[in-house]
Amino acid sequence: MLKIENLHAQVGDTEILKGLSLELNAGEIHAIMGPNGAGKSTLSYALGGRPGYEITSGGVNFDGEDLLELDPHERAAAGIFLGFQYPVEIPGVSNLQFLRESLNSQRKSRGEEPLSGAEFIKLAKEKAGLLKMDMDMLKRAVNVGFSGGEKKRNEMVQMGIIDPKLAILDETDSGLDIDALRVVGSGINAIMRKPDKAVLLITHYQRLLDEVKPDYVHVLADGRIVKTGGPELALQLEQEGYEAVAA
Amino acid sequence: MSEEVKTDLQEQDERAAMNAEAQAAVDNASSYEFGWSSDIEQDFAPKGLNEDTVRFISDKKGEPQWMLDWRLKAFRMWEAMESPDWAKLDIPMIDYQDAYYYAEPKAKPKLNSLDEVDPEILRVYEKLGIPIEEQKVLAGVEGARKVAVDAVFDSVSVATTFREELEEAGVIFRSISEAIKEYPDLVRKYLGKVVPMKDNYFATLNCAVFSDGTFVYIPKGVRCPMELSTYFRINAENTGQFERTLIVADEGSYVSYLEGCTAPMRDENQLHAAVVELVAMDDAEIKYSTVQNWYPGDEEGKGGIYNFVTKRGLCQGRNSKISWTQVETGSAVTWKYPSCVLNGENSVGEFYSVALTNNYQQADTGTKMIHNGKNSRSTIISKGISAGKSDNTYRGLVRVGANAENVRNFTQCDSLLLGDTCGAHTVPYIEVKNPTAQIEHEATTSKISDDQMFYAQQRGLDEEEAVSLIVNGFAKDVLKQLPMEFAVEAQKLLAISLEGSVG
Repeated sequence: MLKIENLHAQVGDTEILKGLSLELNAGEIHAIMGPNGAGKSTLSYALGGRPGYEITSGGVNFDGEDLLELDPHERAAAGIFLGFQYPVEIPGVSNLQFLRESLNSQRKSRGEEPLSGAEFIKLAKEKAGLLKMDMDMLKRAVNVGFSGGEKKRNEMVQMGIIDPKLAILDETDSGLDIDALRVVGSGINAIMRKPDKAVLLITHYQRLLDEVKPDYVHVLADGRIVKTGGPELALQLEQEGYEAVAA
Repeated sequence: MSEEVKTDLQEQDERAAMNAEAQAAVDNASSYEFGWSSDIEQDFAPKGLNEDTVRFISDKKGEPQWMLDWRLKAFRMWEAMESPDWAKLDIPMIDYQDAYYYAEPKAKPKLNSLDEVDPEILRVYEKLGIPIEEQKVLAGVEGARKVAVDAVFDSVSVATTFREELEEAGVIFRSISEAIKEYPDLVRKYLGKVVPMKDNYFATLNCAVFSDGTFVYIPKGVRCPMELSTYFRINAENTGQFERTLIVADEGSYVSYLEGCTAPMRDENQLHAAVVELVAMDDAEIKYSTVQNWYPGDEEGKGGIYNFVTKRGLCQGRNSKISWTQVETGSAVTWKYPSCVLNGENSVGEFYSVALTNNYQQADTGTKMIHNGKNSRSTIISKGISAGKSDNTYRGLVRVGANAENVRNFTQCDSLLLGDTCGAHTVPYIEVKNPTAQIEHEATTSKISDDQMFYAQQRGLDEEEAVSLIVNGFAKDVLKQLPMEFAVEAQKLLAISLEGSVG
């Protein structure tokens, strides 16, 4: 589904990704772990097409398409969803309005009919229920006045509504208490653990991986994947630390 | 599912449908959506401004002597006045002798319904794409929400709809020219009462040469059965348009009045100097909403409307309320301060404003809340959006008289900047002569952040949709004050006005 080949990316004059290669197939969940500054968030922004994250060489193929040729909104329509480490506030715009416009904009570019209000509200209610989020939260402005945990949960509700092929989740576990972590974890499983979908989980900690069992674990250090293994690699990292494992 | 959510979304659906309708009507436009001019023969007053011009206009309208005398008095007054220069506006010299002061469609229609209107005029309305509900009314759609339209095509009111139903309720809704003839006593009693003839340069000019406008009277205890609506357009080259609006709400009455404006594209600047006067008696309420998108000039700052408007409401009675809501996206120069004089005890004044400037537009707009009555309260919410090389100034006065006890005012002025070549300015004046007053003023200035843009784009919105969403969110507190169909129109206008301003 996603094939990243020898990707080099820089922010300003600083090269952050230095030849990263990674392949995800449909039905797989991959975790990326790594020390601060390794380039985890840069990877997610580079895949999302954020301005300022310049790809200097390498390629990314998504479902047979050259991803790097697409604008950010086109990547979204192609089926890529980013769960943000720091979800952004948009004052005056309700979550429902934001998501409905976003979803219908995606559907439009895919040549699908827009969802009606009734269809959309049914969908939103279902996904909010999955993440145990009060519908009243969805009537409030996007992330405004939300706690850290509520923002992360909201990201997952958005993911559920948008229903992407590939979710790249950047430290979705940070800021969540244990109960919330469990809810979010089972939400990710319910939404994304499907034969035609894939997940790239970016995390520092083992605990989310207890909820969402990865098929592969990669260690990202200094802009490259330095080690790949199964779920046991995460446990090893937790016990021994990045330096010992990546060395 | 909560009922409220459902309703929200049903509303959104309806809005989407209406948007689509409006879109179809405006799709063929390019940088300025409403830039066309239609070929309707005009009857002009000779170019230039002198007593003969004033007499010509008065004569054309068949006015009584008192009206002509009033105009001439104003004209003589105006000749001795000077154009104000205190606003943060850079206005080239206006040659008042190089403009036409009166233009009317030649075959002046005498019509009972909009169906009989010249198809060319109807086509113009259609092109506007804007008056969505009115389009339904024009098309005779059954069940369309009732909005009475007094259509001002250039200077002459061509038709008034729903007149009968309004008359049953005792509401008078006329062009001001008709009202001068049919209800001279009522007009004479209030004309110039809220905005005195000598108020300011542009108001005085308006008194001398006002071409047409609207008169509304809501009798005691009547809740006006529909929203009243007027569309102004400036269509002839080099004609100033001088609208005059007078709305009187008698004791315990209520009226919501909507004013929308578009003008076709012209190369030379056109002058617009309107006067709007509102009077609210005991327990009466007037809600006055404006959506203004006159031609702002091209991307180089050439052309565009000069909009010098004096709007003022008098809360004369106890518990009276006047609420101004404006969405200003047009005009090259805007000079406009819809104000409330709060004389009545417990009276309430409100001002909700979104002013958007792009390219070389300049806007100096705000309000005055003059508190003379005890326990009078006012709220000011101003949202300024600047893009391109434009300048956007909020200028507001809150004044509390010595005898006005327990006055409250809350003011919030927010500015949003797009890009780094535009300006936002906030100039609050606060004059308090009574120590019991509570005055609050909050102000913020912000930019659309890269984070917000990327977040919205990552969810699937393209760049312009993302900007439009964020800007509409910024303006929401004001937009929600508009009647729904006008809120849709306003949202669309904000998006259209910002096209090409990002990226």
